[in-house]
Amino acid sequence: MITEVAHFAFIMAFVVAGMMAAGGLWRSPDIAKRSAITLLALTIIAFLGLEWAYITSDFTVLNTVLNSHSQKPLLYKISGVWGNHEGSMLLWIVILSLFGAGIALSPHIRDETLRQRALGVQGLIAMGFIAFSLFTSNPFARVFPAPADGNSLNPVLQDIGLALHPPALYLGYVGFSSVFSLAAGALIVGRVDQAFAKAVKPFVAIAWLALTIGIAMGSRWAYYELGWGGWWYWDPVENASLLPWLAGTALLHSLLVLEARGALKRWTILLAIIAFAMSLLGTFLVRSGVLSSIHAFAVDPLRGSFILALLIACCGGAFGLYAWRAPQLKTLRLFTPVSRESSLVANNLLLITIAATVLTGTLYPLVMDTLGLAQISVGAPYYNATVLRIAIPLIILMGIGPFLPWKRPGRWAFKGPMLTCLLLTALAMLFIRVNMLGFAIAIWLMVASLAQIKWPLTLKNLSLVLGHFGLGLAIVGMIGTMAMKIEDIRIVNPGDTFTVGRHELRFDGVSNVFGPNYGAEEARITLGTDILKPQKRWYPVSDSQTTEAAIRTYILDDIYVVLGERDLKSGPDAWVVRTTVHPFVAALWFGFGLVALAGVLMLINSWRRR
Amino acid sequence: MTPRARARLTSIIIVLAGLGLAVALTLYGLSGKITYFHSPSEIATLNAKQLEKTIRVGGMVKAGSLKQTGEKSVFVITDYKADLTITYQGVLPDLFREGQGVVVYGRYDTASTHFTAKDVLAKHDENYMPPEVKKALDQNK
Repeated sequence: MITEVAHFAFIMAFVVAGMMAAGGLWRSPDIAKRSAITLLALTIIAFLGLEWAYITSDFTVLNTVLNSHSQKPLLYKISGVWGNHEGSMLLWIVILSLFGAGIALSPHIRDETLRQRALGVQGLIAMGFIAFSLFTSNPFARVFPAPADGNSLNPVLQDIGLALHPPALYLGYVGFSSVFSLAAGALIVGRVDQAFAKAVKPFVAIAWLALTIGIAMGSRWAYYELGWGGWWYWDPVENASLLPWLAGTALLHSLLVLEARGALKRWTILLAIIAFAMSLLGTFLVRSGVLSSIHAFAVDPLRGSFILALLIACCGGAFGLYAWRAPQLKTLRLFTPVSRESSLVANNLLLITIAATVLTGTLYPLVMDTLGLAQISVGAPYYNATVLRIAIPLIILMGIGPFLPWKRPGRWAFKGPMLTCLLLTALAMLFIRVNMLGFAIAIWLMVASLAQIKWPLTLKNLSLVLGHFGLGLAIVGMIGTMAMKIEDIRIVNPGDTFTVGRHELRFDGVSNVFGPNYGAEEARITLGTDILKPQKRWYPVSDSQTTEAAIRTYILDDIYVVLGERDLKSGPDAWVVRTTVHPFVAALWFGFGLVALAGVLMLINSWRRR
Repeated sequence: MTPRARARLTSIIIVLAGLGLAVALTLYGLSGKITYFHSPSEIATLNAKQLEKTIRVGGMVKAGSLKQTGEKSVFVITDYKADLTITYQGVLPDLFREGQGVVVYGRYDTASTHFTAKDVLAKHDENYMPPEVKKALDQNK
């Protein structure tokens, strides 16, 4: 019964999204606003209905049968809803409606015509995605006869990381829909000014913040769950999340110029469109199964075509509108080459170049395969050769740009602090012997960022300092994991001691332990006074195994232990143990944390300034 | 030249130079750093130069072929036309199973006719088959 109510609410949501589009694009702002709020209510009802089916283990619903199991822990019943294609599309639509309601209610949008048009565009997008969900991937489909129990959720996905990573990422992806709608609205209205920058900024800030957190959590989850100790694989789907992040970062910076000088109007609008286009492209890549990726869901060609159609409609429509209306948005401003605004333009160009490079690498295998030329994959070597090199000038510039004053720098007052920073970096480099280039730019960025603190502190200044400093810190962690990792694989008998890097470990044997829905072999490995317990888990319901690494984090490095297979040839209790020491990983997570914190401050700041 | 035109010209030159550099890097990256995918039966058709490169090979893991001695694993993958013996040092991924699709990344050794894998990729969804493997298998049915 509850499933039928939810299903009905979902169908009604399509109708209401239609009203929202009609009200927004024709004449009734009132209908558009009310529809946006009703749409949110309806999609939440639909979502809670599906949650209900999971929590009560209602195996008359096909989606529950395929992805849940009565004995799964409650947290994973709840989060299991978005661990599959149908459920995650529903979550996607809920968030889309949430941002629709956000546009309807935001006090930062002063121009009511802009609000109305943006709601109309948001309504159109909602219609497209609800139709996609209803026609190709309905989460409320029933199954008859109902089976006794479900297939359960893939054990790798039974993790707190999965409970949080997709919602955060979706909040980011879909958040850019509101930015897109506002940009399209501004094109229809024909006015892009400082007021527009103020209206759109909170939305960009939320989307960017959520995307940053989502990507960081995904990296963190890959690091501890997948057992290989990496945090970024240049997997096509990871790239799909990086692309809107890069475009979004560029947009944040171009908005600064729009806000301060009323310039870069057309460019900002274009970036807003690109950011959401990248989100849609990411969705297409993940959901259509065209790429081989660890994130791929089982494939249905109809879904791929449908999303591709949505992608073309959104981008085609927006770029068409842009071509038609943008020429009216002329700004007649000239930037002097050495100024804040010029450095922000350079930042934007470099970020977009990186995005284009990543996009090329991601789509190239697809193009080659479609043309029947070769089956290839583009991996880390390509990105290291291209992206890392383009990133170097960008990071150096991140240290310089904020020193420069807006408009015309009458005096070269910024020269002094900048030289001091350069000197400090050179001094620090005297103590570093490895990976000199990498550490030099990381230290430069951190020192220069700290030098940019201005008293009295403002939220805006603090968010700049923390964001840039955090990235510098994260780069230190990246160098550590990429270039300085120590790996050790060996067969050990109980009582054996071995040394990896600066750590000495003792293997004490393996015993059997049981969790709520799995059994495991658990090793005990002594490290000083601490005992590490890596596990190999076996989930009987889905007949699959997972490896749970044991990780200890120190300021200088992480020690990461994985239990391998038993090796009877070398002794009755001999096991393979893989130990990895990852230097500076703590700096990576802490750096990401600071970048996210910068996002929070930016959000508060953009919220307070109406 | 007016100051406006000069400024515009300077910025165009800078943008073009940057763009050129990016394109050059991308082409360089794509020419040397891509990895080709082959099925086990294609290995025989490759020339010495192609075999020097690190490649990816995909197929089904033959039932009963996995032998593990310590941290070293040896198994056979097949596309139902040709077999290929893979050796791998390290812990196999969780979803590695006999009778399921797998992609290995590494180098073929002509002398021993073994493939030494640096990486073994088994997918996280047990119903999911890497597209390359599926294609290679479909062609040989």
